[in-house]
Amino acid sequence: MTTADGLVAPPGVTEKADTLSAGRVRRRRAENLRGWLYCTPFLAAFGLFLIWPTVYGLWMSFTGTSLAGTNTQFVGLANWREALGDPQVWSSLGNTAWFTLLSTIPLVAIAMLLAVLVNLGLPGQWFWRLSFFMPFLLASTVVSQFWNWMYNPQLGLINTFLGWFGIAGPAWLQDPNTAMIAVVITTVWWTIGFNFLLYLAALQNIPDQLYEAASLDGAGGWRKFLSITLPQLAPTTVLVLVLQLLASLKVFDQIYQMTAGGPGGTTRPVLLYIYEVGFTGYRLGYASAISYIFFFLIIIVSIAYMVISSRRSVKA
Amino acid sequence: MSAATPTLSKTAPTVNAPALSLSVPRRRGPAPARVVAFVILALLAASWLTPVLWAALTSFKNEAEAAAMPVTIVPESGFTLQAYINVLSEGLVPRWAWNSLLTSAAVTLITVTISALAGYALSRLRFAGRQMLITLIVASIMIPGQILIVPLFHLMLSLNLVDTYWGIILPQVVAAPMVFILKKFFDQIPFALEEAALMDGASRLRIFWSIVLPLSRPILGAVAIFVFIGAWNNFLWPFIVVNDANLMTLPTGLQTVISAYGIQYAQNMAQAVLAALPLIVVFMFFQRQIIKGIATTGIAGT
Repeated sequence: MTTADGLVAPPGVTEKADTLSAGRVRRRRAENLRGWLYCTPFLAAFGLFLIWPTVYGLWMSFTGTSLAGTNTQFVGLANWREALGDPQVWSSLGNTAWFTLLSTIPLVAIAMLLAVLVNLGLPGQWFWRLSFFMPFLLASTVVSQFWNWMYNPQLGLINTFLGWFGIAGPAWLQDPNTAMIAVVITTVWWTIGFNFLLYLAALQNIPDQLYEAASLDGAGGWRKFLSITLPQLAPTTVLVLVLQLLASLKVFDQIYQMTAGGPGGTTRPVLLYIYEVGFTGYRLGYASAISYIFFFLIIIVSIAYMVISSRRSVKA
Repeated sequence: MSAATPTLSKTAPTVNAPALSLSVPRRRGPAPARVVAFVILALLAASWLTPVLWAALTSFKNEAEAAAMPVTIVPESGFTLQAYINVLSEGLVPRWAWNSLLTSAAVTLITVTISALAGYALSRLRFAGRQMLITLIVASIMIPGQILIVPLFHLMLSLNLVDTYWGIILPQVVAAPMVFILKKFFDQIPFALEEAALMDGASRLRIFWSIVLPLSRPILGAVAIFVFIGAWNNFLWPFIVVNDANLMTLPTGLQTVISAYGIQYAQNMAQAVLAALPLIVVFMFFQRQIIKGIATTGIAGT
């Protein structure tokens, strides 16, 4: 492939510096300028609204900044020291971890079950996809409204249903024993569609021949599931698991709207505590320090995923 | 029938495959297992639809019936549209819907434009610093937007963008995963197509506009739909940056109503149903793109 002057070199081809003529230098400069020019609108927004807040937030965590912007003096590690000794930080981190554990398991397992069932090719494909995926498209406010109504102790459908069997249902969202479970059920209902579709796409990519060959060898449905479907789904499961862990760790919306962290702080996730400290308690500097502690947790999960997936691709 | 041998079930699809099921996998198990699977699936689908149907049902009752004990499915006084009439005539719901539409459309337009331009440059132009930029953008995907609310709000204060449309829109246009997805897509377009146009003296921008973009319609559509849905449903950021009830988006506005008039169940449900409708319509129209987009973005999003 000849690289005509002024054309971009095809990927992998780099010109040797000593062969550059004056014209080429000019064109190379033009290419540099053009590249940065095209990236400028994105980079402006990227720098201003992502990179700058990331750096500025870290700086704020070392200051006593309040919501009014006053008292920006440097306080060193005081916020960090306070955060690490604040029982509310630990309990909200604990709630976040508990929520993540409780929600991730069903959000992976049930999503796989739904996808396997739908992928059997039963009639009504369009209807199944709509039923399981549609909630994912709803705003958190809508979801919270629907489920607050479902959980209503007297008028809600859940307790009405339990009442038909003579069971007196709890006040789901007001009872410290059930509030977290209730929020988890809502979250599973709301967000499973995404994982479900990832699994469905993965299932449809498994070659039919694998199943045909297994059938010839006399394998039954369950045997085929264990020795073909599950191993073939393994990369998707790792992906779904990590995306779900990261999503669950960031829980805020539905908990804020359904329980506001209550009763007695039993459902308050760390993001809600950050919000309370920063926007209700006006301590932006302290809120930033907690944000960064949380950020480190997210990075650990991300790095763990990268290590696992790179090890996997080395093996393959 | 139940004793179908493996060889039989292997040939069965060609015999009794339904004519309509082009995309349906043709693997068949024995009939009783399929009936059991169908029943399980139907029960699961029913339980998944129940909260929506229950909310819709409540929204067509009058307030007294909605709060009546014991709970009835069909109200004695019949169904009514009163809750919807109240919501649409009295409150700010139409205003919030307009704000949501306006800000989500702006976020989508700006995000797709700047991400596609950057994605194209990163894919096609060999400029100094390109590799560094790619690394930076990919690494930034790890930063959870939620932890930025504090410094971002502070920034908005100093830019005087608190309680403005731009304050809602601008921080949402940064979508590093989308840049990455678009770059990967552009990478797959054969360079030969552009080479010919370059030889003819077409400018880069012109090639981008008239050759690359038309070829990228499917991925641009998927990205646009996802950005729109994300912006339409975004709660935390609009909730932080807007206090003026007239500037609220639908999700944040509804939240204030819940706190203010928690007792009017039928009206609450009517609002929720109204807020859910646009996205259900979007899904009906773009089902294929959304499903394909999840497979693409989900995998590229890591």
